[in-house]
Amino acid sequence: MFRLRRFLKDYKLQLIIGPICKLIEAVFELFIPLITADIIDNGVRNNDMDYVLQRGGLMVLLGALGLGFALVCQKSASIASQGFGTKVRNALFRHINTLSHSELDRIGTPSLITRMTNDINRLQLAVAMLIRLVIRAPFLVIGALIMAMTIDLRLSLIFFGAALLIALVLFFVMTRSVPFYKSIQRSLDSVSLISRENLSGNRVIRAFARQENDEARFDERNSTLAKTAVRAGRLSALLNPLTFVIAQAAIIGIVWFGSLFVDGGSLTTGQIIALVNYMTQILLAMIVVSNLVVIFTNASASAARVNEVFDTKPSVTEKPDAFAKEDKNAPCIEFRNVSFGYSGSGHALKNISFTVDRNTTVGIIGGTGSGKSTLVNLIPRFYDASEGEVFVDGADVRDYPFASLRGKIGIVPQKAELFSGTIKDNMLWGKKDASDEDIETALKISQSYEFVSKLPEKTGKMLSAGGKNLSGGQRQRLTIARALVGRPEILILDDSASALDFATDAALRKALREETNGMTVIMVSQRVGTVRYADRIIVLDGGELAGIGTHNELFKNCEVYREICLSQLKAEEVENK
Amino acid sequence: MKKQKVKKHTVRRILKYASPYKRSLVFAMIFAILYVVSALTVPVLIGYAVDNAVGKGDVDFEAIAQLLLMTAVTVLSCAVFQWLMGLFINTVSYFTIRDIRSDIFKKFDSVPLKYIDGHPHGDLISRIINDAENIGDGLLQGITQLFSGIVMIICTLVFMVVLNVYIAIVVVIITPLSMFVAAFITRLSQNQFRKQSATQGEISSYINEYIGQQKLVKAFGYEEESQKSFEEINERLRVCGQKSQFYSSLANPSTRFVNGLVTTAVCVTGAISVINGGLTVGQISAFITYANQYTKPFNEVTGVIPQLQSALAGADRVFELLDSPDQLPDPEKPADLTQHKGRIDIENVSFSYSPAKPLITGFDLHVKPGSKIAIVGPTGCGKTTFINLLMRFYDVTGGDIKIDGTSIYDMKRDDLRSLFGMVLQESWLYNATVRENIAYGKPDASLDEVKSAAKKAFIHRFIERMPDGYDTIITEEGANLSQGQRQLMCIARVMLCDPPMLILDEATSSIDTRTELKIQEAFNNMMKGRTSFIVAHRLSTIKNADVILVMKDGHIIEQGSHNELMSKNGFYTNLYNSQFAATK
Repeated sequence: MFRLRRFLKDYKLQLIIGPICKLIEAVFELFIPLITADIIDNGVRNNDMDYVLQRGGLMVLLGALGLGFALVCQKSASIASQGFGTKVRNALFRHINTLSHSELDRIGTPSLITRMTNDINRLQLAVAMLIRLVIRAPFLVIGALIMAMTIDLRLSLIFFGAALLIALVLFFVMTRSVPFYKSIQRSLDSVSLISRENLSGNRVIRAFARQENDEARFDERNSTLAKTAVRAGRLSALLNPLTFVIAQAAIIGIVWFGSLFVDGGSLTTGQIIALVNYMTQILLAMIVVSNLVVIFTNASASAARVNEVFDTKPSVTEKPDAFAKEDKNAPCIEFRNVSFGYSGSGHALKNISFTVDRNTTVGIIGGTGSGKSTLVNLIPRFYDASEGEVFVDGADVRDYPFASLRGKIGIVPQKAELFSGTIKDNMLWGKKDASDEDIETALKISQSYEFVSKLPEKTGKMLSAGGKNLSGGQRQRLTIARALVGRPEILILDDSASALDFATDAALRKALREETNGMTVIMVSQRVGTVRYADRIIVLDGGELAGIGTHNELFKNCEVYREICLSQLKAEEVENK
Repeated sequence: MKKQKVKKHTVRRILKYASPYKRSLVFAMIFAILYVVSALTVPVLIGYAVDNAVGKGDVDFEAIAQLLLMTAVTVLSCAVFQWLMGLFINTVSYFTIRDIRSDIFKKFDSVPLKYIDGHPHGDLISRIINDAENIGDGLLQGITQLFSGIVMIICTLVFMVVLNVYIAIVVVIITPLSMFVAAFITRLSQNQFRKQSATQGEISSYINEYIGQQKLVKAFGYEEESQKSFEEINERLRVCGQKSQFYSSLANPSTRFVNGLVTTAVCVTGAISVINGGLTVGQISAFITYANQYTKPFNEVTGVIPQLQSALAGADRVFELLDSPDQLPDPEKPADLTQHKGRIDIENVSFSYSPAKPLITGFDLHVKPGSKIAIVGPTGCGKTTFINLLMRFYDVTGGDIKIDGTSIYDMKRDDLRSLFGMVLQESWLYNATVRENIAYGKPDASLDEVKSAAKKAFIHRFIERMPDGYDTIITEEGANLSQGQRQLMCIARVMLCDPPMLILDEATSSIDTRTELKIQEAFNNMMKGRTSFIVAHRLSTIKNADVILVMKDGHIIEQGSHNELMSKNGFYTNLYNSQFAATK
């Protein structure tokens, strides 16, 4: 938990002023009973009306000053705690942005959402409470201890004994409940996970009429969450009563031994009463502390979860002094003996070597799960090859800074996803300063111009998350446009025409061919029609290279390719004219 | 004023959720009374004990021992009562929250799909996680403070009335002044809490979207921009969070200040009346003590006001979701669907997602039992909408859809949907084993059945190669499954169900054509004599359909078999030929 204190360093002022103000307020509060006593002892006894009013005025003044100091403390607490939370969230988001896909997949988006919101909220609460309460309670405890020692050294031993016991209880409950709080947060993750699944798969769930089953699955985890919370609560509920018992036992001890000393003449009754009052003061302070302990145990479980994210190191990292020596005469892309496997499963790619020349179009075709998407994912370094090297413009992709490598590449992923915002906002992803003409050209090439210009808001049309308020085909065309806006050197289309009808697909390919001068295009596709006119076609089969060549060459020499062709085209349609 | 009413309403609804746990609440109340009474007794007993130690050689040890023993017993029982009170309150709050969460989740399944499609999922998740949690915290703190507070107030009130009725009345009347101050501050800050809660939802949506699509963010080097927008939302959250925390934490010191004024007033007026001869000194000092005791619970209650306020703000968002209209209820006497042939009549159907833009008008279609219908047309022409209507994901705005002469609006939704096996382009898998995912539509299927479905979908061999075979856990966004493999799993899911009718919406778009052919053959075998609908772009899928519907802008512009349509030389012919158009 203390590792997160770095996010508090801008709030040093609040961290110092807040507790001090709180302390001053507490001291003022202690004066009030003294003044009341004064009013009665001096004012009333002497029948001095002016004195009574004057002291009364003083009480109001102290109250007002106390209010002022309290306000400063609350203000400091709110500034520091919310500021702290904001900084942690920003840093966490920044860190998550550096993580690679495999790490994100392991933690999972729903869990990241709970960590960013719920867990950080708990930490914020802890900071606020720290400022409000942390100095006051120990101040009162230590003050009471010292006062007890000045009254009677022997009886103050009981105070120390009680304080020690209470500390032990706090420690015991704290250490015992941390695992509970961790598992509460984990349950919260799984509640969040099922909610997210239910929302994204709502159509399928309804189609299979599985709502009840899904609700049962949710209820099970939801109940686990409630039960764990109750169990953790059972432990925390021990804190106050135990503290109370220990403090009262100490008071009983004080009275008993105190009576003995009174009998012996070494103590007065008044002193016993004073000692009892000091012990009560300690008790009240310790109750505040035990509430703090609950908040802090909670927070430490959350801090561990936040730190876990901070500790996750990206598997794909930029070299500190990344500099790629580009060679414009080298092939645009080269794979040299590349193998790759996702963690926990076998090879997805085995010993792949090929080169792609500048300004050519290369098709990649192969069966489901043959490694097509994996292969193109290695070019922008979404993953690193486990063996072999990938070169772009003659330089190893691992030598590039991410920005300059990925800046060369426009990628259209298989899953057509857009972001909430206007169509124009989405287009600017490809090039931050794209002009309206750039966007229009990209829309035209991707065959989206027609439907976009029919929209009443044109490119100002607001899209919902993922672009769900467009049809699948419209979405797909816009993702293509997005990649084209920046006129990338390398354009990767990962089976990105699957939702297009063949007329649109054909028009798209024609436009791409005419408008992508100077671009190296890589097209992953299931359709022979899409890749057949490519300059070269790479055929993958089970993660291995089954053939490279032109359509006609491969049809003659590559068994796998021939089969693919014949499954789609009639024999007389196969030959390229 | 109106807002105030809404708030009361919200509180009542939260309490309604707690009402199943009435018994626990009653126990909590009882233990709260016992706890407070015994806690108030302890100092009295100690006081008596001390009174017995008068001075040197004048100590009544027997009496002290007896009193201390009584104290010990009271202390122990007090601790037990307090503990039990805590346990019951814990139970009430956590189980209430569980019920609220469970209702929210059920609501996801009962709202029209339009609601789910139209709301950012991250925001809905934040309601079920964070807003619900805030309600729970509010309940926990609120009940604890309220119960012991109320008991404390009543007890001291009794002591005071016994002492002097007149001043007791004065204290009782003026103390709640502080409550007005607190209420005023609360009203000022409630708006900020609402904003905070909503911004929290916004931040979840943002994370859900941007972390969920991290690959794209990376591909476009958009990290800095996304960080910037995130920080912008985060900054707004900080501002309203800081304001709400600050304003609402004012309530407590202000209350204490007002109560301090009350004490001063009591003290000064008391002192004056003593001087004028109305009271004794002892009475006034006792009175001040009790007045202090009396105001303490008020101070403590205002200490948890921030939690209560964020609970209310959370509750508003939760109830807003729970109050959004459900889909129309299923008919009371649903039609019996045990006998179905698969004739489908779509009569003069019209539909639009937003009233301003009619999408489908005057749609007529009659499908003979057992026929295979293919739907083609440019994207955005209404193919998916047609399926949304057929499955009743959305309701028509005019006209009717009938299956074997029965309107689908006379059927139970679940019955209707179980008539269809559906595979969508977007393959949804959930966090469970491969086997559970395939057996999704038929949870009691044996492993052999699951395997044979997987074989028919040509995914069996791949599954066997996975680390734990059919017991491998896959996740919603599972990285090591390709899109095609995910689609195959979804197909296996439907193969296992063996549905009376079939809907394939671009179901094979990510699958290679050789596998696709084999799968089609499997589907053809399975669907022999059964009605099926296929939305696809690939020629091979469409060619052998009985009827091909060509849709454009929400209308059927051509229909017939492949050969009939080709001979018409119309839109379809163009579409068909376009794929051979030389692209060179």
